[in-house]
Amino acid sequence: MGGGLSEINSEDWHLHNRRTRILRFAALLITAVLLLVSWQALGVRYDYAISAPVYLSDLLGRMFPPNAGYTGEILGPLLETVHIAILGTILAILMALPVAFISAHNTTPNKITYVLGKFIISFSRSVNVIIWALFFVIVFGPGALAGVVSVAVRSIGFTAKLLSEAIEEIDFGQVEAIDATGAGPFLILIYSIVPQVKPAFVSIATYRWDINVRAASVLGLVGAGGIGVELQTSVNSYAWGSVLTIMLAILGVVIISELVSAYFRKKVS
Amino acid sequence: MLEISNLSKTYPGGDEALKGVSTTISGNEIVAMIGPSGAGKSTFVRCINRLTEPTSGTVTLDDIDITSLSKKELRTARRDIGMVFQEYNLIERLTVMENVLSGRLGYVSNLAAFRRKFPEDDVRQARQTLDRVGLLKHESDRVDELSGGQRQRVGIARAILQNPKIILADEPTSSLDPETSGNVLNLLTEIAVDEDIPVLINIHELDLALEYADRLIGLNSGEVVFRGPPSDFDESVEGTIYRGEEPGRVTDPNGQDTDTTTQVSTNIEK
Amino acid sequence: MTNSENNSVQPDGGTYSGVWSPPSIYYNKYTKWVIYSLIILFSIWSILDLQISLDRFITGLGAGSQLLSEMLPPAATSRQVDLIISGVIESFAMANVSTVVGILISIPVAFMASENLAPKPIYSFGRGVISISRAFHELVIAIIAVVALGFGPLAGVVALVFNTVGFYAKLLAEEIEDMDEGQVEAVRAAGASPTQVLIYGVIPQVIPRIVGLSVYRWDINIRKSTIVGIVGAGGIGITLLNAFNRYDYDFGITILLVIVAIVMIGESVSAFVRGRVS
Repeated sequence: MGGGLSEINSEDWHLHNRRTRILRFAALLITAVLLLVSWQALGVRYDYAISAPVYLSDLLGRMFPPNAGYTGEILGPLLETVHIAILGTILAILMALPVAFISAHNTTPNKITYVLGKFIISFSRSVNVIIWALFFVIVFGPGALAGVVSVAVRSIGFTAKLLSEAIEEIDFGQVEAIDATGAGPFLILIYSIVPQVKPAFVSIATYRWDINVRAASVLGLVGAGGIGVELQTSVNSYAWGSVLTIMLAILGVVIISELVSAYFRKKVS
Repeated sequence: MLEISNLSKTYPGGDEALKGVSTTISGNEIVAMIGPSGAGKSTFVRCINRLTEPTSGTVTLDDIDITSLSKKELRTARRDIGMVFQEYNLIERLTVMENVLSGRLGYVSNLAAFRRKFPEDDVRQARQTLDRVGLLKHESDRVDELSGGQRQRVGIARAILQNPKIILADEPTSSLDPETSGNVLNLLTEIAVDEDIPVLINIHELDLALEYADRLIGLNSGEVVFRGPPSDFDESVEGTIYRGEEPGRVTDPNGQDTDTTTQVSTNIEK
Repeated sequence: MTNSENNSVQPDGGTYSGVWSPPSIYYNKYTKWVIYSLIILFSIWSILDLQISLDRFITGLGAGSQLLSEMLPPAATSRQVDLIISGVIESFAMANVSTVVGILISIPVAFMASENLAPKPIYSFGRGVISISRAFHELVIAIIAVVALGFGPLAGVVALVFNTVGFYAKLLAEEIEDMDEGQVEAVRAAGASPTQVLIYGVIPQVIPRIVGLSVYRWDINIRKSTIVGIVGAGGIGITLLNAFNRYDYDFGITILLVIVAIVMIGESVSAFVRGRVS
């Protein structure tokens, strides 16, 4: 029985074992090094960086008060922004549904469709909506058509990916039960798959809608319609009051769209 | 009448779940398939309506060879086979009524079902069936608000709505407490008589099987090792089915093998 | 949602009503039709307003295949390759710096915006900061930053930091609000000071998610860093814009492919780390 107690605490207590601590330390080290190297690479002058907040607040100050009279002029482009967001999102959802279906390993007809679905998703998601806009402005000419298509194409990947993940998580027993009643594939879809993914679907759709409203506000910067054009011209002509007006207008649209999203999300859960 | 002839199922990994099982189920009998876990009971039941595709053998329902049907013909045939599941497999977010009516999905057109416009006769039958299983006042409740026993009764109501020629029950009581299990099996028994259709139950609770079944099929490692009424069930039979012992021998508590051919069989009550 | 008026049940099990309608999430079926009609009408109005027509679309497809043929095969002179390399390095550096700085700023903001930790006025302020910074696309902020700070990566970093704070603080605040109060109470009951409560009660619960969240946001910032250059805020975006504006499409597609490659690498790293952490 001897000196048992005094031998128990021979090692100090640590929150994590040795290996985890080394990994955590390494991760922190890598992050710190990366940070330092990146900062150097940017070549920003320290004094300039420190005074950044001053320059920013100075500019913000010049933006007040907002140019109220300008509001009338931007109503049209603002509406166009909303049009682009709505059409782009609806189009994307419609096209994302079949893609999501073939990208879920429990509903895809065969291996080829699965790979195709994953490819479409990956391709659409890898390119930013602005870059799609650059492309489609050349293809369709400047204007809102390019904007709508850009928003749609970018959103397909996002929406289909999340939707396919929701589909993969369904309870397949429910699908089997409906299958066992003699229902055809369409009815199996409607009755056993759709009800299970409905809440996720609404959540995903409203999430993407929120992102698209913001994206639509900047598409004009590359000529794809919306209020981006007005923003650029106001900035170029140093009309800071107008710039603030535009930003407030965008803020207003975003707030309204988020209220609508919240309404639908609440209704379905 | 359901005729199963030499049904076999070998899974891609080489697992032989069923090795040539044959039986005939007719009238309004309650048949209980019993056996240890992994015996192949579930596979057997699922092969009948081809939720699991059998490797060989035939399943014939009233002269229609189910195993040879195309996908489309299979759908029509499945209408005649009602199924009740261990996990109920109801559409949780839909109401009781919608779940019961989904038993008619093999009979209504796509458009009608999409708009949830079922024929009045179907709705009437749904209400009548719900009343019969004691859930009429829950018609508009969402399924996930119900207890396990209630859900299983909805599942049974759904199967009845198909107006099937036979009901298959895959471990219908495994998720339920003993009292509720008894209620569910009582219900199935009543339905067999009322609708004059046989019910095949895959069940691992031996006591329930002995109490409710008209006859038993004992399965072990994919083969039938016992056929007979519960009255023929005794310790040696139990050994054969559950421990894979030779038929006719029983292991007494001391581990000795004794020949029971001259013994009177005793009913086991648990 | 009840159909009690439809159940004409006779005690002797006689006739039942055959009338049934499925439940609806809408107040009544009129609101449902109103909402659907509004959506359809608005969509039609949008299509007309934007002058979208089938032949514009078809012409576009023709122009598209023309563009594709000009873009392929991808090409770049050695000078252009240098531009790509420096642009990529700058974007990558911007992403790293803005992620770290953004997270550092987000942490106090998240605590301010947590209902269970912050008093009401501070909570409102924190939530306000998050809402404002989430309302604007990073390019809007980038434009402003470029005006205030001049062209170059500083503007880009500022824009991305601003964007990061809204995203990160919101999610972190949600984590904090979701945490187990019991654990915090236990620490408090043991006699810990507020700081100690934070360190021993709150932080251990939040830390696991912080790592995953940080890598997730880093991945997002990698993507965004490639486009803020379009308004002159540094990174490879400006190279891409110039290529397209000069009709240098085969160079443009090269840049595009490099961007896609970067994005995919970032995504793999993110997925890898997040997989290891959970």
